[in-house]
Amino acid sequence: MSDTATQGASAERSASAERARSDGHGASIELENLTKRYPGSPQPAVDNVSMEIKAGETVIFVGPSGCGKSTTLKMINRLIEPSGGRIRIGGEDVTDIDPVKLRRKVGYAIQSAGLFPHMTVAQNIALVPKMIGWSKARIRARVEELLDLVGLDPGEFHGRYPRQLSGGQQQRVGVARALAADPPVLLMDEPFGAVDPITRDHLQDELIRLQHELHKTIVFVTHDFDEAIKLGDRIAVLRERSHIAQFDTPEAILTNPADDFVSGFVGAGAALKRLNLTRVRDVEITDYPTVTVDTPLQEIFLLLRSSGTNEILLLDRRRRPYKWLRRGDLMRARGSLARAGTLVHDTVTRDATLRDALEAVLTDNAGRVAVTGRRGEYTGVVDMETLMNSVHELLEADRLDAMEHQHELAEIRAAQTHAEQEGEGGGPKA
Amino acid sequence: MDFWEYLDSRHQQLLTDAWQHASAVFQCMVLATVLGVLIGVVTYRSGWAGNLATTTTSTILTIPSLAMIGLLVPVVGLGVPPTVIALTLYGLLPIVRNSIVGLRGVDPTLVDAARGIGMSGPMRLVRVELPLAWPPILTGIRVSTQMLMGIAAIAAYASGPGLGNEIFRGLASLGSKNALNQVLAGTLGIIILALLFDAAYVLIGRLTIPRGIRV
Repeated sequence: MSDTATQGASAERSASAERARSDGHGASIELENLTKRYPGSPQPAVDNVSMEIKAGETVIFVGPSGCGKSTTLKMINRLIEPSGGRIRIGGEDVTDIDPVKLRRKVGYAIQSAGLFPHMTVAQNIALVPKMIGWSKARIRARVEELLDLVGLDPGEFHGRYPRQLSGGQQQRVGVARALAADPPVLLMDEPFGAVDPITRDHLQDELIRLQHELHKTIVFVTHDFDEAIKLGDRIAVLRERSHIAQFDTPEAILTNPADDFVSGFVGAGAALKRLNLTRVRDVEITDYPTVTVDTPLQEIFLLLRSSGTNEILLLDRRRRPYKWLRRGDLMRARGSLARAGTLVHDTVTRDATLRDALEAVLTDNAGRVAVTGRRGEYTGVVDMETLMNSVHELLEADRLDAMEHQHELAEIRAAQTHAEQEGEGGGPKA
Repeated sequence: MDFWEYLDSRHQQLLTDAWQHASAVFQCMVLATVLGVLIGVVTYRSGWAGNLATTTTSTILTIPSLAMIGLLVPVVGLGVPPTVIALTLYGLLPIVRNSIVGLRGVDPTLVDAARGIGMSGPMRLVRVELPLAWPPILTGIRVSTQMLMGIAAIAAYASGPGLGNEIFRGLASLGSKNALNQVLAGTLGIIILALLFDAAYVLIGRLTIPRGIRV
């Protein structure tokens, strides 16, 4: 676990995937040469997609509209029947089983929730458990549990109709319905596409929290790359006909896009977006000399003189950052702690993203910001220099990872093309 | 004899006629509803089948009711059979059309959601599509009923049951002292029945349209 500190979020994410596999919550999904042809169109809508999704992993399909990402997703629960290729869920080939049975084992959430307006919230959620024959008492308990899980008060929302809910609340119920029978796999088709940006942000946070508890295998379709970065353990950037342009961690895609198409999709400010993926606790924070308001003045003078920095941090009685003290400050205030120094006006928590930290450092007039723990107590300081160093290290590590993965993908692709040419070459002869 | 005296002396007969009128319309409506919704369910998914069903039923409606009953008499005889057949056929159009429109009007994303969570075809129809299409279907049933109330009067021409007998009797003896009373009693009776049925539909709507989609 010693490398987690430097690997940061990516290591933590794969660690959570690891845990999921051992708990058996999710199920792996394998797509093998999945193809969809529509009669009458020369080009297939989805062409030969092969992909392995690990159990407990959140994979995002992202791409321009019409690239076939939604079609690919809908082939996983066979809402759209594939014209070729295999689908395996948890190792079991589901390409030919009864689609109705398959879908009851795969959660499905769609844009604007798709709740049935003539049923109450509870009835909507209870649909799948009822279909697979759960007892009434079990269903009732499950509905309460799910409403609680998605952050809605069961007593209040149980009997409401969808039209009595806001868009965000409907979406929560939609997710609860998809999770109702505890399926190992959850398919989400642009679920947050129709809600306002603030609600979307909340829903994304909720989904991250849920996934932290549940460890489902989630396949999520979106055209919003920022959403993909925020939610995905891995992102598949798809181009037309669902060709995989790059399939890698968000970090790797941001620092080393495979080609112009991907970098075009990543958009400007990739390095800044990358900062969103790492938390302050994952980077090195410097320790500052600190004193509390109860420290005798004499000691403070001593510390100021002996420490290398020309500044110390004054903490209040509960060890929360209170004031920055410079060398001359105490003299100027004639030894009165109450008047000396500048108040700490901004702090970041250990869970803040590096982007938040950078923002705070940039706005601070001395280019440093105090880091606080859960109860606001002082844990360290980040400044411009440490931030820069950490970011460079992160980017370098990402770049190496991405090159490795790209190499693997290229090999798979080469093998595929080879197989195709073989097949075409062998056709006329036979 | 004025109208009120007439009503008083004939109320037994009038009530029987009204009851038979209502009962004929009601039974034919049940038949037309079952058939109409069935036709709608079978045809709504295909463009041409749906159009064929709507066109056929509206063609039936353009046949004058007197002619229709007249044409049916040689085939099925007098009395109840031509009445039931004619009323059911006339009642079909609004129900078929509203069923098709209602079923086609169900939000495709909801159908997609229903499939996505693992509902089979019949289950989707019964649990999602029909309940959502129910308000327009009920409107169709209501329109049909109003129409059949009037058309049922013509059934008396083929010795059918109902208030039509009263009207035809009056028309046949125009000039006699009770003729006007008879026509008036028959017509008003039909109007009152129509209003009562309509009130019943409002109540049925209240009871059967789920609260979540009631406007």
